[in-house]
Amino acid sequence: MHLVYPAVLSALLFCTGLYGVLARRNAILVLMSVELMLNAVNLNLVAFDVWLSRAARDTLHSGQALTLFTIAIAAAEIGIGLAIVLAVYRNRGTSDIDKLRDTAERPDGAEPGPAAAEKTEATA
Amino acid sequence: MTTTTLAVLVPLLPFLGAAAGLLLGRTAPGFVRPLAVLPPLASLVLAALVAVRQGGGPAVDAHTELTPTGSVPVELALHIDGFAALVAILVAFVASCVQIYSTGYLRDDPRYPSYAALVSLFTSAMLLVVYSGDLIVLLVGWEVMGICSYFLVGHYWETPEARAASLKAFLVTKLGDVPFLIGLFALATDAGSFRVTRVLGTVASGGLHHPTVVALLLLAGVAGKSAQFPLHTWLPDAMAGPTPVSALIHAATMVAAGVYFVARLLPVFEASGAAMLVLAVMAAVTMTGSGLAALAQDDIKRVLAYSTVGQLGYMTGALAVGDRGAAVFHLLSHGAFKALLFLAAGVVIHAAGTNSLAALSRMRGLRDRVPDAYWTMTVALLALAAIPPFSGFFSKESVLGAAEHAAGGHTAHVPGAAGLLVLVAGLVTAVLTAAYATRLWLLAFHGRGAEAPDHGRQPLTMTVVLWVLAIPSLAFGGLAYRTLPGWFDGRTLTPTALTSVLGTGLAVVGGLLTYGVWQRTTRNLVSTPLGAVAAHPGADAGRVEAEAIATHTPAYGDIARAPDPADPGRVLLGPLHRHAAAGFHLDAVYSALFVRPVRAGASLVRFLDREVVDTYVGAAAALPRLLGAAVRRAQTGNVQTYVSALLAGTVVLAVAVVLVATGA
Repeated sequence: MHLVYPAVLSALLFCTGLYGVLARRNAILVLMSVELMLNAVNLNLVAFDVWLSRAARDTLHSGQALTLFTIAIAAAEIGIGLAIVLAVYRNRGTSDIDKLRDTAERPDGAEPGPAAAEKTEATA
Repeated sequence: MTTTTLAVLVPLLPFLGAAAGLLLGRTAPGFVRPLAVLPPLASLVLAALVAVRQGGGPAVDAHTELTPTGSVPVELALHIDGFAALVAILVAFVASCVQIYSTGYLRDDPRYPSYAALVSLFTSAMLLVVYSGDLIVLLVGWEVMGICSYFLVGHYWETPEARAASLKAFLVTKLGDVPFLIGLFALATDAGSFRVTRVLGTVASGGLHHPTVVALLLLAGVAGKSAQFPLHTWLPDAMAGPTPVSALIHAATMVAAGVYFVARLLPVFEASGAAMLVLAVMAAVTMTGSGLAALAQDDIKRVLAYSTVGQLGYMTGALAVGDRGAAVFHLLSHGAFKALLFLAAGVVIHAAGTNSLAALSRMRGLRDRVPDAYWTMTVALLALAAIPPFSGFFSKESVLGAAEHAAGGHTAHVPGAAGLLVLVAGLVTAVLTAAYATRLWLLAFHGRGAEAPDHGRQPLTMTVVLWVLAIPSLAFGGLAYRTLPGWFDGRTLTPTALTSVLGTGLAVVGGLLTYGVWQRTTRNLVSTPLGAVAAHPGADAGRVEAEAIATHTPAYGDIARAPDPADPGRVLLGPLHRHAAAGFHLDAVYSALFVRPVRAGASLVRFLDREVVDTYVGAAAALPRLLGAAVRRAQTGNVQTYVSALLAGTVVLAVAVVLVATGA
């Protein structure tokens, strides 16, 4: 199989993921999009590993080994991510990323008190 | 124990008492009073023992090198001659009296522990000055006294008067101490040692290169410490401190240190005729000026303060005519009766609830309320006015006798003009002294008007001390004038007929004149009611006094005088009264000469700092602040915005890398 097919597929997957990260509101969907991007990279890694082992006689298969690492790390990451999202939802009643704006810069001296936080939530 | 060991213990015991008092004051309040009273008493006993062993014979000298300095060595040295032995007894005696008196006077004062410890430290420093045979060690005691006076004068630091007075006392004495230090260095450079004996030996062999400069530099420090014109202005203001502290400063420590220092190093001053003349002029101006000022003061303690300045003028006058025996004789007798005057004044202030003579003169029967203070103060005022046979008469006559001797040109090293100046000023001051003493006595104890308030009996510790001090005020001069020359230089201190008759006659004239005027002015008493009395008459004496000081300015418009037409001093001084009450406006002169230029300089520096330097700093900060405000707008808090920006940046970088790599 020519290298271009998996490459194009992974590029499409990556762009889909990127779009999801940038445009989705729901935090869970954002996390899913991040998974898509990671898997696009994984696909690239495997495809290029095969291509290299053929073209350059590389027998280490470091691409495949790295893919396994990535999958393990992605599993851990999604576990933590989902736990955070769950905690945020329990705490605030929403997992909408647009409404989680506590780190926004406020005018000089204004402390991010409860009233101010409510106000930013309302305007967001 | 050897005499040296005893002598070392004399200043050491109060010092240890002070250290223990400061450490234990809060944790063990029960020990504070014994720790305050016992060390000075022990020192008194030891000082008496030292005096007995020394016995007016050759000086006891002992020294050990403190540390090698590389040049002129600093040594821990004792030099105990007749002067040192007797002055130490006076210091320890007055300090003991003051400590005993203070236990009653500041009975309920929350700051009594630190107060008592500082008084002990003060005493210890003075004893160090008295016994020290090394000028640098002497300077240590000298400066410790300066800082102690700062703390003690500012004891009632809640009142602005006390704060201002303590700062003034410290700064004015320091003004003199800087030239004093330079003078000491100049002296030691010529002598190759700081030891008093070596210095005196150098002077005797004519090894002093610039005697006039050295003497004048030293004189500046002496004028500051001993409150001589023109550096005397701190002393009347120092009355804002508690009365026992005034007694201590005026009678035994601090002001006596300057006179004692000159007495000890008199040959240095005698080496320069100009210095002796300056000393004489200083003494004459101080004496007469303070006499006039004392006559116009309204605060009973300020009258006494100016009288101290005047009596110190007598002592420097005696030194100016080269008779240190007479100076120290007057120092000793003055120490006793001035301590008595102050302590009795403290009792009067406590009983009457006011320190104003104008208010006291409108109180009937105060002398029956405080009979102890009345009788002892009468004795002390008679001694102050130099009426025979009280002790002040003999010591003052010895000064006048020495001045008369010098005026005839019979004293070596002393210009005849100096003697004449001191003699004339001394006689004029005798009139003034008698006048203000009589005025004080009449106004304080012979008032007419409402009955004096009754606050019960005074504490026993306060009244007993008065009688103890009354004995030397009465009898010291008469008993001692024959034996003292053996302790001093051997010059006779017996009053001469001419000056005795003149001095006593003038004193009687001054007293009678004041009495006559008082009888006339006292008719005005009824027509002008005046008076402010402390708000807490039942409180301990220290509190009553603090309130009396604090209310004087609001009640009478001035700290020093009251608008009282029944005051005989007003008639006696005539148009001079206003100026005399203000201390001849010397404070205003100082204010124009020093305070205002310094303030102007300070405001200039403030302007440069605030308006010039800060402008650059502010501008340097404004630009980053502006940029920061612009960047801050990007912080929306939306994660997706940040990621978008990140993506855009990455794309731009990637495109740039590709463009560069392809060489486009």
